[in-house]
Amino acid sequence: MTYSALKIIKEALTGHRGWKPVWQKSEPKKSYDIIIIGGGGHGLATAYYLAKKYKQTKIAVLEKGWIGGGNVGRNTTIIRSNYMLNNNQAFYEFSLKLWERIEKDINYNAMVSQRGIINLFHSDVQRDSYIRRGNTMRIHGTDAILLNQDEVKKKYPFLNYENARFPIKGGLWQPRGGTVRHDAVAWGYAHAADKYGVDIIENCEVVGFEIVNGKCIGVKTNKGNIKANKIGVAVAGNSSKVMNMAGMRLPIESHVLQAFVSEGLKPILPGVITYGAGHFYVSQSDKGGLVFGGDIDGYNSYAQRGNLPVVEDVCEGGVSLMPMIGKARLLRMWGGIMDMSMDGSPIIDKTHISGLYFNGGWCYGGFKATPASGYSFAHLLATDTHHEVAKNYTLDRFKSGLTIDEKGQGAQPNLH
Amino acid sequence: MIINHPLLGPRDSSEFTYRGDAILFNRPDPNSESLLEDYYEYQYIRDNTHGFMKELWFHEQGDRSWLVLTRNTVTHEIIRVELASEYKRENK
Ligand SMILES: Cc1cc2nc3c(=O)[nH]c(=O)nc-3n(C[C@H](O)[C@H](O)[C@H](O)COP(=O)(O)OP(=O)(O)OC[C@H]3O[C@@H](n4cnc5c(N)ncnc54)[C@H](O)[C@@H]3O)c2cc1C
Repeated sequence: MTYSALKIIKEALTGHRGWKPVWQKSEPKKSYDIIIIGGGGHGLATAYYLAKKYKQTKIAVLEKGWIGGGNVGRNTTIIRSNYMLNNNQAFYEFSLKLWERIEKDINYNAMVSQRGIINLFHSDVQRDSYIRRGNTMRIHGTDAILLNQDEVKKKYPFLNYENARFPIKGGLWQPRGGTVRHDAVAWGYAHAADKYGVDIIENCEVVGFEIVNGKCIGVKTNKGNIKANKIGVAVAGNSSKVMNMAGMRLPIESHVLQAFVSEGLKPILPGVITYGAGHFYVSQSDKGGLVFGGDIDGYNSYAQRGNLPVVEDVCEGGVSLMPMIGKARLLRMWGGIMDMSMDGSPIIDKTHISGLYFNGGWCYGGFKATPASGYSFAHLLATDTHHEVAKNYTLDRFKSGLTIDEKGQGAQPNLH
Repeated sequence: MIINHPLLGPRDSSEFTYRGDAILFNRPDPNSESLLEDYYEYQYIRDNTHGFMKELWFHEQGDRSWLVLTRNTVTHEIIRVELASEYKRENK
């Protein structure tokens, strides 16, 4: 099924009886060329680019739950490419470029909205570091504009500029940043992959690997054993758990991150605002809800729910930044499990087991990476070489000392 | 989460700073042959346990003692809290 304006008109006139499922539900075959474990954004994007760009066939995506039930459907939908380190900036800019044409590419309305993102600063030192980051971005051909206090005031008149501890002095603005409807990304990639014949198998949990003489030749699942030449793992918060089945330990800890949404309000927020000093960031969804969040809870967790101290912390941050938020009621909150890596950057690499490939360590920022992650993981799976923009996201960088530590926090995952 | 401090009784977890897996007690032998490998593992590699794990919490906004919790990472249930000094003595 192809979506188009014509199709919508036709369906409107014929009682909407011709819509088909967005993707077909499949049951596993005995064997595939390539199996992707994890039907989140990254797994589905990988399968899609494998089929479309790298012309692979006989691909399956195995998802233990339902499509969209993981972090891809739990995040706060922000996309941006405002990094400082070379290794990250090239990758995230590549991702943003893919976002800019994704809807045509996958024939699905993902509601990509480049409404801009601003990172606020509060002191001279912070301003200088933002100038440096902005310049790095511009060297990479990315848009970055430094706004002074007056310019920020004009855009966001409702912020609290009188905060004694963190007065807003300005911000680094990336106009091309914004939001994307996260569920539509999962459904859209599933739709596009399905069109290329990828089997999307839900309720299929991988419970083990078949490894013979150092080569991974298949997986064990609750729906039986499935053989494959190559197996790619993209299971986000469950990375350590799944790779442990192959006897591997990772430079990753799993942590819970919470998100919040208010009742629907009239449009008030023109873009995404991040207030790092106050552990708070916010945007407004097209339905009108204020979507906001803060830091991870800070302790290892596989429970998809957080604790109240962080709820309090986030709400305090919100009220100190934009006091009017205090009038809005909180509608829902939830948590997702982050694969926090030791340097805050992801891993897209082969493993020492032939045929087994790993994609993970996305921390709280893997949504915006979805297209580039899928693209470069597909490149790795299809060609056995690293994609140019992801070539430094190796597993052994922790051993060689070539860590990519954007925040400079060291090997303490809950601080990245 | 409420942490049942062995000296102070029940305290809110927000008073604490988290340091992670209690495996950090097992600092590698600096005279070992495989020193680089050992320290790489010590510094970067974790079990990231799904279920009960022993972990270090620092009572930063309290009596500044280090505690070892046995906590379930799936349910957040805490079944044991010990002073780190005692834990270390017992697990020598
Ligand atoms: C509250 C919150 C806010 C966030 N905000 C942002 C943001 O604003 N911007 C941003 O860029 N990022 C954000 N993120 C991070 C982003 O959501 C993740 O980094 C990204 O979605 C992870 O990749 P994924 O979509 O593939 O993960 P997931 O959707 O979690 O996919 C992994 C899948 O693997 C499946 N799986 C696990 N184990 C197995 C198994 N054994 N067998 C089969 N399947 C298995 C899981 O069920 C899951 O569906 C946020 C995350 C959270 C939780």
